[in-house]
Amino acid sequence: MTGKETPAPAETVLAVRDLTVGFATETGAVRAVESVGFTLRRGRILGLVGESGCGKSVTAMAVMRLLPTPPAFVESGRILFDDEDLLTFPENRMRTVRGNRIGMIFQEPMTSLNPCFTVGFQIGEVLRFHRGMNRDAARDRTVEVMEGVGIGAAGSRVDQYPHQLSGGLRQRVMIAMALACDPRLLIADEPTTALDVTVQAQILNLLAQLQERLDMSVLLITHDLGVVAESCDHVAVMYAGRIVESAPVEDLFTRPAHPYTYGLMSAIPRLGRRSEYLPTIAGMVPSLDHRPVGQCYFAERCPRAGERCFREIPPLTSRRENHECACWNPHDA
Amino acid sequence: MTHDPTMTHDLLKVEGLRKYFPVKGSPRKVHAVEDVSLRLRHGETLGVVGESGCGKSTLGRVILRLLAPTEGRIWLDGVDVAGLGPRQLRAARRDMQLIFQDVYASLDKRQKVGQIIAEPLTVHGVGDRKARRERVMELLGMVGLEPSAADQYPHEFSGGQRQRIGIARAIALSPKLVVADEPVSALDVSIQSQILNLLVDLRKQLGLSYLFISHDMAVVEHICNRVAVMYLGQIVETAPVEDLFSGPRHPYTRALLAAIPRPDLRRRRGERPLLHGEPPNPETPPPGCRFHPRCPQAMAVCRSTAPPEYSAEGAGRFHGVKCHLYG
Repeated sequence: MTGKETPAPAETVLAVRDLTVGFATETGAVRAVESVGFTLRRGRILGLVGESGCGKSVTAMAVMRLLPTPPAFVESGRILFDDEDLLTFPENRMRTVRGNRIGMIFQEPMTSLNPCFTVGFQIGEVLRFHRGMNRDAARDRTVEVMEGVGIGAAGSRVDQYPHQLSGGLRQRVMIAMALACDPRLLIADEPTTALDVTVQAQILNLLAQLQERLDMSVLLITHDLGVVAESCDHVAVMYAGRIVESAPVEDLFTRPAHPYTYGLMSAIPRLGRRSEYLPTIAGMVPSLDHRPVGQCYFAERCPRAGERCFREIPPLTSRRENHECACWNPHDA
Repeated sequence: MTHDPTMTHDLLKVEGLRKYFPVKGSPRKVHAVEDVSLRLRHGETLGVVGESGCGKSTLGRVILRLLAPTEGRIWLDGVDVAGLGPRQLRAARRDMQLIFQDVYASLDKRQKVGQIIAEPLTVHGVGDRKARRERVMELLGMVGLEPSAADQYPHEFSGGQRQRIGIARAIALSPKLVVADEPVSALDVSIQSQILNLLVDLRKQLGLSYLFISHDMAVVEHICNRVAVMYLGQIVETAPVEDLFSGPRHPYTRALLAAIPRPDLRRRRGERPLLHGEPPNPETPPPGCRFHPRCPQAMAVCRSTAPPEYSAEGAGRFHGVKCHLYG
């Protein structure tokens, strides 16, 4: 890969700036994502981690412009993909980006595939639509792409329906579909969460190989810190709609700064480290419509919270190279 | 009722258990549980691990007699549960309870939490209304919920709190055996640790014994004393937790442990050893060792002959493994 030999930082593929996404509800508007920003460079894997409801999937859907509007609305922010703001694109132009320059894989391969069409037809559709291929050409290329993602006997599997395939194979079909047009950016939302560990391992390996071969950028959304540690170059940790910490993966795991990241890492049982009780994070995530105003959202659960944490929202500030944290009293201060 | 005199320390003893499900429009049967034997001592936590479809949940439900066994014996504290008639079974149910994975589907949304937790007491005719109410308050305290929770509905609670309600219901009758089927799998990590700690507390306080069913090896290592690894309906390896995790013998157990992504940066992407393929259809299990089509160490004998359980004893403790490599 030539990208690795050049000393200059790789070009920016995706830059999200100050993104705030709201949802209109019967009882008023709530914010699912608040002032989120991150940068993803070419050939890198950025992990977006957090627990359910933290806004990681909404962020991904906002990038793809797939949020139903209404009730969702982008309150502010820019989503720069190759220096163009996707939020300014009319829908017909956005359609030429989705599935073409940006591929997407979802968690549940069964519900993301149409049960009424063969997998070959569904992968081929992407090529017919974006590349204007005719049926025969699309079919040939589909078989090629299926082989590329490790689907054995692709020549016959191409005519099978989703229900005839195992969970692992279905996820490979999803990946084939997402990669059919050689996207610059792949958004993978919990791509292995529904799979068994031995199959998850196969899919993670496959994604890593493809990412390197195609020099693709990947936005990987997951709740699994193990997956993050093995797959990502850089990680952004989300809590209650905000990014609370962002760092290169080694730095995040060896020196977590935000008390939430720190608590999360202590709370997971780890192989080879037995103890009778696990450290816990007290309480639970505040619900969307009950987030405290004008203070750190984690303060109520935070063992390090001081008076200022209840008065002022801590901004995401740089601690050391590439390591940012939104906390008034971080662990490494 | 028959009693097994050899059972002095075992709370639960299962022998030769099989559960087959019929397949609609086919003479074939799904071999969900195939000749399973296990023991659970008083106060012990036995983990049953395996991937989806390996039969671990079916095993738990057959042991609780929520499903009738096709064949085999189940002894709970000396009582042959497998042979009980409906009346006796109902009485035996006081001693064995279940904690579910799905904290949404397993609580009746139309009942108040107090009613949900009191239901086992009502069913078994324990105490009068007032005594049951007091017991509900006591149980709420034990699982870390406020007394006011009794008059609320399940939808007012988060996933972690709902699991606390499910646990309170499961321990209401002071059972001897609790089957916990993936009790933390649906929960976020920060909540998982709270529930795991609660289960440890209750085991100590109440002297419970758990059959802990899970696909998560790290959780199992944390909470269990012994572990049984299942593959395609069979237990392929059983050992004390320390022995299993420090010296896994069966090639499947090894692959399972190697496949887990670990939050410790020691291994980077693309560096993991891989198990090829996926588990075969339990309607048509492969001949010989059921794992042989995916096994990196398969020999000729594995294709034809099912391995018996060999003892790979270490440090005087039983370590059973169904694999020809140890024959």
